[in-house]
Amino acid sequence: MNENAQSLPLWVHLVRVLAVFAFFLVGTALLTWGERRILGRMQSRRGPNRVGPLGIGQFVVDAVKMLFKEDFTPGMVNRPLFTLAPLIGVVVSLLSMAVIPISGDITIAGHTFPLQVADLGVGVLWILAVGSIHVYSLFLAGWASTSPYPLIGGVRASAQMISYEIAQGLAIASVFIYAGSLRVSDIIAAQSGDGLIPGMPGWFVVPLFPAFVVFMVAMVAEAGRTPFDLAEAEGELVGGFVTEYSSMRFGLFMIAEFMGAITQSAIMVTLFFGGPSGPTFGLEGTLAGLLGFVWFFLKTGFFIFFFILLRGALPRYRYARLINLGWKVLIPVALMWAAVTAVFVMLTEQGGLGPQARIALGVGAAVILALLVLVRPDEDDDRPAPDHAVDVAPASTPAEPTASSTTIGRNG
Amino acid sequence: MPAPLVTLLFFVALVVLLALFLTRTSWGRGFLVPLRAMVRKPETSQYPEEPRPVTPRFHGRHQLNRYADGLEKCIGCELCAWACPADAIYVQGADNTIEARYSPGERYAEDYQINYNRCILCGLCIEACPTRALTMTHDYEFSADSRRGLIWTKDKLLAPSVEGAESTPQTDREVRRRGFNYYGGLAVTPPSVHGGRFEQAANAPSARAGQVLPTGVVGPGREAGTLPSTDEDPVDPAVVSRTNTTAPVRPDSEGER
Repeated sequence: MNENAQSLPLWVHLVRVLAVFAFFLVGTALLTWGERRILGRMQSRRGPNRVGPLGIGQFVVDAVKMLFKEDFTPGMVNRPLFTLAPLIGVVVSLLSMAVIPISGDITIAGHTFPLQVADLGVGVLWILAVGSIHVYSLFLAGWASTSPYPLIGGVRASAQMISYEIAQGLAIASVFIYAGSLRVSDIIAAQSGDGLIPGMPGWFVVPLFPAFVVFMVAMVAEAGRTPFDLAEAEGELVGGFVTEYSSMRFGLFMIAEFMGAITQSAIMVTLFFGGPSGPTFGLEGTLAGLLGFVWFFLKTGFFIFFFILLRGALPRYRYARLINLGWKVLIPVALMWAAVTAVFVMLTEQGGLGPQARIALGVGAAVILALLVLVRPDEDDDRPAPDHAVDVAPASTPAEPTASSTTIGRNG
Repeated sequence: MPAPLVTLLFFVALVVLLALFLTRTSWGRGFLVPLRAMVRKPETSQYPEEPRPVTPRFHGRHQLNRYADGLEKCIGCELCAWACPADAIYVQGADNTIEARYSPGERYAEDYQINYNRCILCGLCIEACPTRALTMTHDYEFSADSRRGLIWTKDKLLAPSVEGAESTPQTDREVRRRGFNYYGGLAVTPPSVHGGRFEQAANAPSARAGQVLPTGVVGPGREAGTLPSTDEDPVDPAVVSRTNTTAPVRPDSEGER
């Protein structure tokens, strides 16, 4: 698919880096405006509309405001970590975009390459590894603030991220088991062919649907957005880990959050929806590659809209339920589907399955999935047990003397 | 089947599944609520560009009214200040003089201030006003960037004169020459006494207007409820001023009853 990365001249790398960087940075900037705009319409409001046409200049004004506010550092904080935390957040959010291709192959001056910073051999693991470092941003922010609310927010953030990291990792595991490679370009290539029927896109969302659902829930928790924004939780924790932050350091956290939403959407599109692949309408070469950018943009936009819709539709989850959902539902489902995928891949390698065996396997998987959904463990651990209800019942209730006496009388 | 058709069908199936999820499942219907709101017209009013009309009895900023000839209605009685629950009104009354007449009757408001730092726009002051001098306008855009800027003095509160009318102060002679009936023949009597309607000042023995205005004066050659001809009248009972040195002889006090 690609030339060897060593053989490409430096300017090619520059083009790739700048293109990806610009795409995600401009996307982040526009998302700060677009989210408020769309969210406003969901609440029968107009959203920001004062600066420029449709209020599109809002992000510039916001950035200027953030930059020129007083950068206040509370006296008791751990200064190095306090400053480091927001930087980690932004840098890590930028880093995880490095392995995501945002277009098909394009040809400039004889060199053919996709707009992707680096096509690493460990591509998908890079996403997971860098995503794990993102926890440090939130956790260090909470810790360095030396203040109760940020600390609770930081603890919540780390518990939540670590829990959902497992589910997300397992969902990604079924993807690369199915694709047979960790390299992102290979995963996309595996999806670019036909699906079950010729003409149907071979997106992994179809064969790996449970993994897709798990990933969809986990990516919201990973991005730390509603309904899983318990780490910030304005209502309960003031601002969680950002309570003590102001000015551009607070702005960096916001950038990291918005960038997280875009990154997670991009990963989702890359892993389950074929990345930049899509109908080419008979175009070839560079134009088809650029059309891939359009497809990628549309697909990513769909999931970003999904993020915004979640924020418009759902209230914040309770913390105990969040952890319950992560550990008792998402991780088992993801683990099971990773195992099922592995078995399927193994069998295919051993010589494939007949159509009847495939149907039988599919039915079996469906039954297991249905059982998992229907037979659920008690979700609310902190709900009072039924024993307590008996205790509070009125003790003075007469033990039905009339009933027993009538019975005796009638019998006698 | 040709491949493009399958692709099309696949996407149609995706959309149908999404639509089924949104309309048939409880989760989907929940997500449909904000989506439906997106296609509705937003409720937002474009305030600075298109301000919405206020209700007719809206309690906006105050205004001190004038009569049609430019005299101020305020008589400096301070009833508004006493009625004010927020202690936002300051009135300093003074006497009208022959040379400088501000209001019909004896007194006028030399200084009148409303402190909008304190005012709660409840409207008790305009209910208390016996002459309808103080009313509330529909203007609500009077914010200021300083506390002092929110203290409105008389020059800002006083409505401009009607076209053709002079501003105050006026001389007594001009006022008398006009023969203006300042209360319009309508006195301010408690609505509860007279079935909620105003009554003719001349017919109401207790009306304050009758004591101030020439309308109530009944004398020789003059009928009740008519305006006196003030042109050649040397003594005008409307002038009740300490500086009026010529002791007025009231026509109706001639005969002892």
